[in-house]
Amino acid sequence: MAGMPEIDRSKCNGCGLCVEVCSCKVLMLVGSTIEINEKVECRKCTRWCTMCEMVCPTGAIQCPFDVVTEE
Amino acid sequence: MAVKLDSLQSSAYFSGLSSDELDAIGKYIFEKTAARGEIILFEGEPARAFYIVIAGVVKVFKTSADGKEQIIYLARPGDSFNDVPVFGGGLNLISAEAMTPVALYGMEKEALELRLAEHPKLAENIIQVLSRQVEQMLSLVEDLSFRRVTGRVAKILLENVEDTNGQRHRLTQQEMAAMAGTAREMIGRSLKLLEDEGKIRLERNRIVITDKEALRETAGVAR
Repeated sequence: MAGMPEIDRSKCNGCGLCVEVCSCKVLMLVGSTIEINEKVECRKCTRWCTMCEMVCPTGAIQCPFDVVTEE
Repeated sequence: MAVKLDSLQSSAYFSGLSSDELDAIGKYIFEKTAARGEIILFEGEPARAFYIVIAGVVKVFKTSADGKEQIIYLARPGDSFNDVPVFGGGLNLISAEAMTPVALYGMEKEALELRLAEHPKLAENIIQVLSRQVEQMLSLVEDLSFRRVTGRVAKILLENVEDTNGQRHRLTQQEMAAMAGTAREMIGRSLKLLEDEGKIRLERNRIVITDKEALRETAGVAR
């Protein structure tokens, strides 16, 4: 799914911090790992807040950027 | 899998060598693949081989005793890593992690030393590669010593802007922090500052450079 945080489930310890900070409610805890709720789009903010990446203690969530020059 | 001579030739190590020379050297090269996130080398272990990236991106980094990571450089296709300890002897000076699925060509220390005596052009190429690495290290020392964090972030953005083939690696703020030698929070602040100054625009999974000249000025780099 384009434009969504990337989750490495092998690193996720299920602490749920990312769910707590996600203002779009895109992330949800299923069992002991994080899943993306595909019914919701991470579009509440016009740009990534990257809070989920910032609070993740294990580096399981990444919000990578492409760096481009304006056309 | 057989070593592809055109892949070898695309590396600065083997450019300018004849097909016969590449054939002879190719016998001593082994292929290695790694999945995203896999550690290829650990700092401090005995240096057995150096590697050339054929496909993908490898993060070359050092880690402090308290776990802080400093990215030395990102090795892309054609780039090499772990050359210095292979020539100098001793232990791996860096760790290396696959940031994408990667394909590598490797050559063991003993095989390389023997081939050097047989192929003077290879020795000449290696001197040039190592000279460029010294330049890169000096540039990193300069960045960490003299450039403010915002300037470092500006430079990182300029160095990682997508080329016409779309061949650039995507960067997280954590990776930018490790490159700039600072905390992740500082990257967020620096990006916001650059946006407020009209030099970049932050979008969903994109950082758009809107004023390249002004960004260059912030980075302190010539055109």
